[in-house]
Formats: sequence, C-alpha cells, structure tokens
Amino acid sequence: MREINVQEITSAIREMCIEANYTLSDDMACAMNKAEEEENSELGKKILGQLLENLTIAKEDMVPICQDTGMAVVFMELGQDVHLTGGNLEDAVNEGVRQGYVEGFLRKSVVSDPLLRVNTNDNTPAVLHVSIVPGDKIKITVAPKGFGSENMSKVCMLKPAEGVEGVKNAILQAVKDAGPNACPPVVVGVGVGGTFEKAALMAKKALTRRVGEHSKLEHIKDIEVEMLEKVNGLGIGPGGLGGRITALAVNIETYATHIAGLPVAINMCCHVNRHASREI
Amino acid sequence: MDKYITLPLREEDIEDLHVGDYVYLTGVVYTARDAAHKRLCETLDAGKELPLDIKGQIFYYMGPTPAREGRVIGSAGPTTATRMDKYAPRLLDLGLKGMIGKGKRSQEVLDAVVRNKAVYFAAVGGAGALLSRCITKSEVVAYDDLGTEAIRRLEIKDFPVIVAADIYGQKIY
Repeated sequence: MREINVQEITSAIREMCIEANYTLSDDMACAMNKAEEEENSELGKKILGQLLENLTIAKEDMVPICQDTGMAVVFMELGQDVHLTGGNLEDAVNEGVRQGYVEGFLRKSVVSDPLLRVNTNDNTPAVLHVSIVPGDKIKITVAPKGFGSENMSKVCMLKPAEGVEGVKNAILQAVKDAGPNACPPVVVGVGVGGTFEKAALMAKKALTRRVGEHSKLEHIKDIEVEMLEKVNGLGIGPGGLGGRITALAVNIETYATHIAGLPVAINMCCHVNRHASREI
Repeated sequence: MDKYITLPLREEDIEDLHVGDYVYLTGVVYTARDAAHKRLCETLDAGKELPLDIKGQIFYYMGPTPAREGRVIGSAGPTTATRMDKYAPRLLDLGLKGMIGKGKRSQEVLDAVVRNKAVYFAAVGGAGALLSRCITKSEVVAYDDLGTEAIRRLEIKDFPVIVAADIYGQKIY
C-alpha cells in the first residue's frame, strides 16, 4: 500500500490546467503544421497559418490559446494499491481546477446549475472520471473541453443491422452537421459499442489519444484511416471556410455491446484539442 | 480582396461588402454573448431602456479570459454565433449594424441582415491569442456581474474578419 496525499493531486491538476491551456501538446502542434503544408485552398492555408501564429503568440504573450478555456474534464487511473490521505478526492480535484483557473488567468465558464445558470467564478466543478487499475500509481489526464465543439457532439443508438456502414455514416453526418461551428480542423473522437453512456465516455477518451496514433485493432484502424480521408473530402476546411483539412484525426474506441444494440457516440473537438497527462 | 474599414459602419461600407471579403476593422465594437443577449431581450420585453445604444453598432460574440496585469485583455476569439440567432433579428431590427462571430446563422438572421442592411462577419475561431493583439482598449459597460459575459466596449485596430453574410443574401457557410 502506497500513501499519497491528495494535495499532490491538487497541485498536479492545477499545473496541468494551466499547461494545457497555454501550450498545445506536441502531437497536435505537429498535426497543425502538417495540415498547413497539405491544405490546397488559399484561404484555408491562410487560416491555418493564423492558427499556427496564434500558438506562438499564446506562448509569447502568456495568453491562453483560445478564450474558451473549457470545462475541466479529468480522467484518473487510480492504482488499487494507493491509499489516499489528507482529504476527499473530489474536493482535491476541484481545488486543483480552482487554483489553475484562478491563478492561471483562465476563463471561468462553468455555471452551477444548467437552468439557473449562475457562474461559479472558479470554473469548478470538474467532470471527473475515475477508474481503478492495478498498481500503486495515479495517472491523471486533464482535458479542458471547449463547448463550441462539445455542442456539436452526438450519441446515435444504431441497430446491429446497420453495421459498419451505419457507423461510418454516423461519423460523417456528425462532422457535416457540425460544419464550421466546431472550429475545424477538428479531432473526431468516436466510441462504438458498450451502452449509451459508455459510448459517450469512450468518444471523449478517444480525444485524449495522441494524434497520429491508431487503434491497435486492425479493422478499427482501417475505419479510422478511411473516415479521415472521407471527412477531408467534405470540403468544410479550416474555419469552415472551405478547403481540404476538416479533421486532423478520427480516433475510434470500442467496447463489447449488447446483442440488440450498436451505440455510436461522436465527440468533436476543435483544433485546440488540449490534454496534459501526469503520473504520480 | 482585402479591405480596411473604420467604424462605425457607414451605409456605403456595407453596400461594398460581399461574402468572402477579407476585412480589417478599426474602431469600437461591443462584446455580447448568450447571457447578455438574454438580458438585453428581457429588458426590451419589460419595455425598459437598454444599457447602451445599439444603433449603428457591432456586437462581437466573445467572452475573454481575464487580462494579466498591465494587459488590455486576455484571449479574445469569437464564439459560435448560432446560439445568438434567437435574439439577433430583434436587435438588428432595432438598429444593430453588425455581428462578429463564427459559424452558421439561421435563415431568420440572414433575412434580418438583408432587411436592415447589416452584415455578419466571421473571425477565426480558436485564434484568441492572435486576436487579442488587435484589441487596444477594453472596459465593461454593462452587466458586470456576468463576468466574462459582461458587455465590454472594445477598441480594435486592424481586426481581421471575413464577410460571412451580406445584404445581397449571400452567405459563406
């Protein structure tokens, strides 16, 4: 049994909230550079150029990459041999978010009640997903999620008879419907299988995968490659103003499902696909 | 074609704007997003006076990150305009001349743009750091309690936008 004080979690989350909002991870930055090289449309190239310049300015001026610094989504893999001390886990996570957003000059975009809509003024609470894993470590991923793209996300409960074509159509339709609103070029996170909520969670998690890495399942990897090509044939382009590069990646996660179902969730993320990870 | 416009928008400026034009704006705009729009329209419903004169003005759909000490503003890119579609036609009918945002608009908004000789500009979504450099002054003028959603008066200089809907009924998306 390893003892870990929850304060360590607080400080890691505080730092990751700030890091993710000021510096795009190297995989994303690399994909953006490649996108600029590959874009054929003149306006599309100009916009990708501005987005790359934006990343530089964010670092130079210490200004967040995007004003929508998101709602903090936290994935935690908690080793079952860890004993947490010093307080409540959820409180520790929220304290990290609070410190990160207040001290990091990040936007407070969270309202305490979806209908009464009063801002909590510190961007808490986070959305926390914990899974218990073997070992005595804690792996934390912080993914601040902007809502321009979040609003364009979907869950479709397909029939098994719709099969792989149904899944492909659902992905393509979601990107088409999102059009310019999701701030393309986007990363498309897809969850296939499980239950209603499991599919959505997998789609979210798929967004935290390094851009350029594919599913280890050969048949799923093939769909990822094919769908990226198809999405980039839609003509939506950078900023939704026309062009080839509509998406940087299509990442698909799968899970076992019921004999009667084929759930598909599509979680869109803009080109500011932020994620930072750390192990304690 | 690149154009440079000094605000407020004049009728001849608007007549000269066509979808796809790349425009650099200099002058004053006001920020307003979801919560401010809701409150403005509730104020109108109650028959009360708006906290600012919107005639001839431009609304920038934007809620910034906080400014660091000595800075004008934080990250300051456009938010999705679609969410303001419910309110925009009414404000355009009352004299609002322009909107800056990103993404598609409803037919009602596009019709209101034509009807009122107004314009919808798109700015590049996710370029909040770059756009912050084009903002030279920022002050809250209404609804301070809304935090990032308060109405701010911004002075902008060579702020890059693209005409996304014009008075000729054309749209870019």
